[in-house]
Amino acid sequence: MMKGLCFNRKHLCIPYAAFLILFVIAPLIVIFYYAFTNGQGNFTFDNFVNFFTNTNTIGTLLYGFAVAIVTTLVCLIIAYPTAYILARSKFKKKYVLLLLFILPMWINFTLRITALKEILSVLEGNISAYPFLNSVIGMTYDFLPFMILPLYTSLLKLDNSLLEAASDLGANKFTVFLRVTLPLSVPGIVSGVTMVLLPSMTNYVVLDMLYNSTFIPGSLIFSYFSAYDWNNGSLISLVLLIIVFIVTLVTNRFSDNEKDKRVAIL
Amino acid sequence: MSKSENIIELIDVKKVFDDDTIAVDNFNLEVKKGEFVTFLGPSGCGKTTTLRMIAGFELPTSGKILLNGEDISRLPPNKRPVNTVFQKYALFPHLNVYENIAFGLRLKKIENTYANDKGDRYTKKERLTKAEIDKKVKKALEIVDLEGFEKRSVATLSGGQQQRIAIARAIVNEPEILLLDEPLGALDLKMRKEMQIELKNMHKKLGITFIYVTHDQEEALTMSDKIVVINDGDIQQIGTPTEIYNEPVNTFVADFIGESNIFNGTVVGNLKVKFCGATFDCLDDYEINQLVDVVVRPEDIKICSPAEGHLKGKVISSVFKGVHYEITVAIGKFEIIIQSTSTAPVGSTIGMRIEPDGIHLMEKVYTVNKYDGEITKNNTVKFGDGEFECDVTQLYPASRLDEEGYLITASGEKIDMTGVEVDVEVDTHDIQMSDDKDAGGAQGNIISMIYKGDHYRYIVRTEENEEDYVLSCPDTWNTGDLVSIIIPKDKIKLVLKPVGEDK
Repeated sequence: MMKGLCFNRKHLCIPYAAFLILFVIAPLIVIFYYAFTNGQGNFTFDNFVNFFTNTNTIGTLLYGFAVAIVTTLVCLIIAYPTAYILARSKFKKKYVLLLLFILPMWINFTLRITALKEILSVLEGNISAYPFLNSVIGMTYDFLPFMILPLYTSLLKLDNSLLEAASDLGANKFTVFLRVTLPLSVPGIVSGVTMVLLPSMTNYVVLDMLYNSTFIPGSLIFSYFSAYDWNNGSLISLVLLIIVFIVTLVTNRFSDNEKDKRVAIL
Repeated sequence: MSKSENIIELIDVKKVFDDDTIAVDNFNLEVKKGEFVTFLGPSGCGKTTTLRMIAGFELPTSGKILLNGEDISRLPPNKRPVNTVFQKYALFPHLNVYENIAFGLRLKKIENTYANDKGDRYTKKERLTKAEIDKKVKKALEIVDLEGFEKRSVATLSGGQQQRIAIARAIVNEPEILLLDEPLGALDLKMRKEMQIELKNMHKKLGITFIYVTHDQEEALTMSDKIVVINDGDIQQIGTPTEIYNEPVNTFVADFIGESNIFNGTVVGNLKVKFCGATFDCLDDYEINQLVDVVVRPEDIKICSPAEGHLKGKVISSVFKGVHYEITVAIGKFEIIIQSTSTAPVGSTIGMRIEPDGIHLMEKVYTVNKYDGEITKNNTVKFGDGEFECDVTQLYPASRLDEEGYLITASGEKIDMTGVEVDVEVDTHDIQMSDDKDAGGAQGNIISMIYKGDHYRYIVRTEENEEDYVLSCPDTWNTGDLVSIIIPKDKIKLVLKPVGEDK
């Protein structure tokens, strides 16, 4: 038999490679191409210069950052105690409670955000008066389960005898939490933060549905693309891609410090 | 003994868990300063629960725990001057060896006395300085023989090393009592033996009181000054290893500590006991006709020629165990295990001698009669050389019998009970005697009657297999009378024998 026709395990990667080329590599090349060319197809750095000299785009980027960071913090503040109670309490119906937090994820996204919009309209009157607050509320509502689940799993795995050992060695309840529970839940915090911070930087759909806006980089890209300005839109995508890359590197570094890497369940 | 010698006292300590299981009951114990005390018992006997109550992880339902005379039973663990070595080490995975050991030291505040300008003395609570912590950690690592391990991550250590770090982490705080919860359970045999000796040496060197929990009787005998044998939440016996081994107070202790032959015996004369069909001299004084458990250690039985022995039997098996042979001998329907440095060929008949100091008698405590039984095709039960009417529906909840005698369970399943093996229990108060031979399910002779104040306790023995019925009766009968045994149908308790192996 001819060697070339022989099927071996390596060939199993062909569908995956094809997928990768079609949906990851090719779009990336296209983005690169557009980001470094002008409308006539000539190579240029103008888009870069435009982006970093335009206070409007830089402002949007920073605003997007602010929304993402505040959303992440709010999620963390809500999710940690929730996950702690779910994982550590002897409460028998806690799985029902956990389900209540997961349940919104099963409901159609459009329906959820439309409902939220109506509630906010009733509460605030004119919802466009509080863009930052509403962005944070919308994103928190959307991403909270992604923060709770990794925290829940890492707190659930926490060995009770470690907490007993700490109190045995003289730590009061607060010290036990600070010196043992919190450090050991860092992997959960890291994966929760990764799962909330990165999407909330670019997820413009929530904002777009709450009120049409160009407040965050995601919506900026959309507005450029709808105006057939592929070049500037691609450049912003590229900048975001680089930011995401850097953030991922940093968070990976964090979880590498922990000996057993905990993979979030989502 | 003066009170001040006791470092810890447990007074009537009882622990009932949420699901109403009684883990520890009526626990009274005094531990002297510097003692090595071991809680020994099978798993689930309440020994770990007791330890956890001393540590403060569990609060006793009732009773008191006194430390140096002060009641500490309601104090949280961090307020107690005791430290624990956990079964699975419980080292902090996010901290290195140094930080693990320093954990307790960093939280500790000690009183320092100063003098101010005017010469007045005052005390201040202060944390330990870095240099002090360094010194203590280094010393603790020296004690457990792991110098230079400060910077290592705990995940890179072997089981034995982790165990040493766990010990170092506890003793570095200089606790008044060190609690060890089966600390060597996860180590292999050789490592365990090494650590046993090291722990014993550490105990001598440090002078701290050790309370050690184990289910390994050999470990307990090797290491302890005092052993507390626990079963089902109750203390069975407290004593030195020698006392526990040589003078077990009941058959549980005898059976749990070392290997034992346990027989039913009857006291037949002054310092004479009959078991296995022979009469022996013994050292324990009991009333004549008293039923006793006879415990004989396998090494206390000496092999001799058939003519010289108290007992004669046939060798069934002989297994070489390294130091000795373990020989099983059949004497009629009894089996006896002997440990001896010499052996005898399988199938040969040998004689056995047991000296009086090798025979330990224990009073039988009777509240119920227990038998092995079998259900017949008439839905009666056979046990103790007799056959009795019984209620087989008690074996399955909400079941009933149909016209053909099959058992119908609550779910409608039809079961033929013929030949099913059951455990039978009958209370001593529920057995009656009759001189009508055919009135009862079994017949036997009264072999013993003991007056117990308001009633007599009788023992009726059947002829065929020498099964005993113990019963209480206010009427007077005579020893040797042939009687039949009557048990009301509803007083026979049946329990299905567990299928397959015990858990």
